[in-house]
Amino acid sequence: MASPLIGYLVLAALLFAIGLAGALTRRNAILVLIGIELMLNAANLNLVAFWRFGPHPEALTGMMFAIFSIAVAAAEAAVGLGLVISIYRHAQTADLDQMNRMKG
Amino acid sequence: MSPIFYVLAVLTVAGGLAAVLLKNTVHCALALTVAFAGLALLFLNLDAQFVGFAQILIYIGAVAILVVFAILLTRGTETPQAGVFSRSWFVGLVIAAGVFSVLGWAVLQSARVLPQPSAIPSVTVHDIGVALLGRYVLPLEIVALLLTSATIGAVIVAMHEKGRPQ
Amino acid sequence: MLAAPVSTHSVPVIVDQAFVLFKDWLVSFLPPSWRPAAGVVLCVIAIVCVFPGLFALTTVFERKGLGRMQNRYGPNRVGPYGFFQPVADGIKSLTKEDVVPLNADVVVHFLAPLTLVVTVFMGFAVLPMGRNMVLANLDAGLLFFFSMSAATELSVFMAGWSSRNKYSLLGAMRAVAQMISYEVPLLLTTVAVVMIAGSLSLPKIVAAQSGYTGVFPHWYIFTPWGLASFLVFAIAATAETNRSPFDLPEGESEIVAGYHTEYSGFKFALFFLGEYLAMFSISGIGVTLFLGGWSAPLSFLNVVPSWFWFFSKVMVSIFVFIWMRGTLPRLRQDQLMNFAWKFVLPFTLLNLGVTALWRFMGEGWARWVVSSVILVGVYVFMGRVGMFKKHFGPRSYRYAE
Repeated sequence: MASPLIGYLVLAALLFAIGLAGALTRRNAILVLIGIELMLNAANLNLVAFWRFGPHPEALTGMMFAIFSIAVAAAEAAVGLGLVISIYRHAQTADLDQMNRMKG
Repeated sequence: MSPIFYVLAVLTVAGGLAAVLLKNTVHCALALTVAFAGLALLFLNLDAQFVGFAQILIYIGAVAILVVFAILLTRGTETPQAGVFSRSWFVGLVIAAGVFSVLGWAVLQSARVLPQPSAIPSVTVHDIGVALLGRYVLPLEIVALLLTSATIGAVIVAMHEKGRPQ
Repeated sequence: MLAAPVSTHSVPVIVDQAFVLFKDWLVSFLPPSWRPAAGVVLCVIAIVCVFPGLFALTTVFERKGLGRMQNRYGPNRVGPYGFFQPVADGIKSLTKEDVVPLNADVVVHFLAPLTLVVTVFMGFAVLPMGRNMVLANLDAGLLFFFSMSAATELSVFMAGWSSRNKYSLLGAMRAVAQMISYEVPLLLTTVAVVMIAGSLSLPKIVAAQSGYTGVFPHWYIFTPWGLASFLVFAIAATAETNRSPFDLPEGESEIVAGYHTEYSGFKFALFFLGEYLAMFSISGIGVTLFLGGWSAPLSFLNVVPSWFWFFSKVMVSIFVFIWMRGTLPRLRQDQLMNFAWKFVLPFTLLNLGVTALWRFMGEGWARWVVSSVILVGVYVFMGRVGMFKKHFGPRSYRYAE
C-alpha cells in the first residue's frame, strides 16, 4: 500500500507549479504576489504532511515550521502589497511589463 | 487515501488554477481564498487543528483582505487592453511545467522509501504553546522582530510622501 | 465532563441537562454506529432553529425599545402588541422581487449573503450554551470562533464590490477597514483571558470561572485586568458587528445603506439575519470569556438551570446594544480609526502586560492594588494626551447664511 503522503506531496507539487506559473506569466504585480502566496502554501502543505506521516510526529517540528512560515508569509504579504501600492503611486500602473525602466 | 482528500485536493487545485487564470483581478483574489480554505481543510484532515484555524484566520481574514484592498487601490479591477498575461508567458509556463515534472518525478521515485503512516498524534494547543516558548523560543522572538519591522516598513512604504501632490 | 462546583442548592440534573438528555433519548432509537452523527445533526438543528427565533424576537423588541427611547410607540399593529411583526416582515421579504443590478457580478452578488450567514452560523458550534451543551468541544475553540468571524469580512467585501454601486463599495471598504482595525484589540483582549485560564477551549474557560468566594462568582470581569479587557472587548465587539455608534458602514445619511444597498427581498433578509446572528455570537463569546458563561451570578442561584443563565446574559448584552443604539450618535471615520489605533490598541497591549503581572504576583491584595493603579493611571494619562490641544469647550454652531 502506498503511503498517503504521496498524494499530499503530488498535490503540493501541483500547487507550487500553479503558483509559479501564475507568478511568471501574469502582468499585474498583485497577481504575481498571489502566485507567490500559492507557492508558500504548497510548501506549508508539505511541511504539515511530513509532520503527520513522519516517524516522530510528537516532536512537532514540521508543524512549528508551518506556523512560523504562516507568520512570515503574513509579513511578506503586507510588505509586498505595500511595495506594489508604492510603485503604483510612482508609475500609475501595476503592470509589470511597463516597469522596465531603471530610472524613475 | 480517503475520498475526503480527493474532494479537498480538487477544491484546492481548482481554486489555485482559477486564481492564476481568471481575467478579473478581484475574481482571482476570491478564487485564492477558495484555495486557502481548501488548504485549511487539508490541514484539518491532517489532524493539524491549530495550523488549520491559523490558516483561516491569517490567510482568509488578513492576507486575502489585504490583496483585495491593494487591487482596489491600484485600480486593478479594470482589465488592461494589452491582455492579462505577460509577453513572456510561454517561457514562464515551460519553466513551471518543468518544475512540476521534476518534483513529481522525484516524489514518485521516492515512493518506496516513504515512511508508513504512524498513529494519529494527539497534539493539544498546550503542547504547541510549550514548544513555542521552550524549544522554539528563539525563532519566535525572531518572528516577533520580523513582524514589527514589517509593520513599520509597510507603513513607511505606503505612506504619502510629504510635499508631493496626491 | 466538566465538574462544576456543586452548591447545596444545586439544580436537579433532569432540569439542567434537559436538552442533553432529550437529545440522548432521541438518538437512542438509532443503531449505535449512527448515534454520534445523529447527535451532531440534532445539535445543528437546534442551533439553526433557536438563534433565528431569537433574532425574530430581538427585532420586535429592538423596534419597540427604540420607539420608547424616542417617545413613540414601536410596531403595534400585527398581532397582540405588535409581536407578530417579524412574521409579517418575513413574509414580505420572502415574497418581494429579488432585484439584481444589471451590471452586477451575478455570481459574487449571490454568494455574498450565503457565505456571511454560513460563516456566522459556524461560530455557534464552539459556544458552550449550558453545562455539557456545546456542539464541538474543540481544543482550539476560541481560535475557531475568531477564524470564522474573520471570514465574514470577505463576504461583506464581496457584497459591496459585486453590486457595482459606489455607495455599496464605500460601505464595504468602510466595513472592512473598521472590522480589521477592531479585530486586533478584540483578539488581544481574549489573549488576556487565555493567559489566565491556560486554555483555548471555551468549556475549560467557563470551568475556570465557575468557583465562588462566599456567594460571589470568580468571573474574570471582577478583576482589574478582566474589567479593562471586558470594556475594550465590548467596544471592539460593537465595532465588529457594525452596530451604533460604529455603524458607519451603513450610515444612511451618507451612503444609503452601505454594502447591502443593492440587495432586496430574501438576500437582504439574509444580511439582516447575519448581522443579528453575529451580534448573538459575539455576545455569547463575551459572556463565555468574561461573565462566567453558563454559571450563575450568585452561588445560591444555582437552582436555576445553566442554559437559562447563558441565554439571559446574552439577551442582557443585546439589550445594551439596543440601548447604545438609542443613545449614542455616530462617530466620524477619522475618530473611529484614531480611537482604534491610538487609544484602544496601546491600552490593550498594556493590559496584556498587567495580566502577566497579575499571573506572576500570586495570591494576595498586592496584585489588586498594583494592577488597578497601573490601569487607571495609564487610562487617565492616555486620555490627557489624547485630549491635548483638542480644546473641548462649549460647542459653537455655524448656521447657513
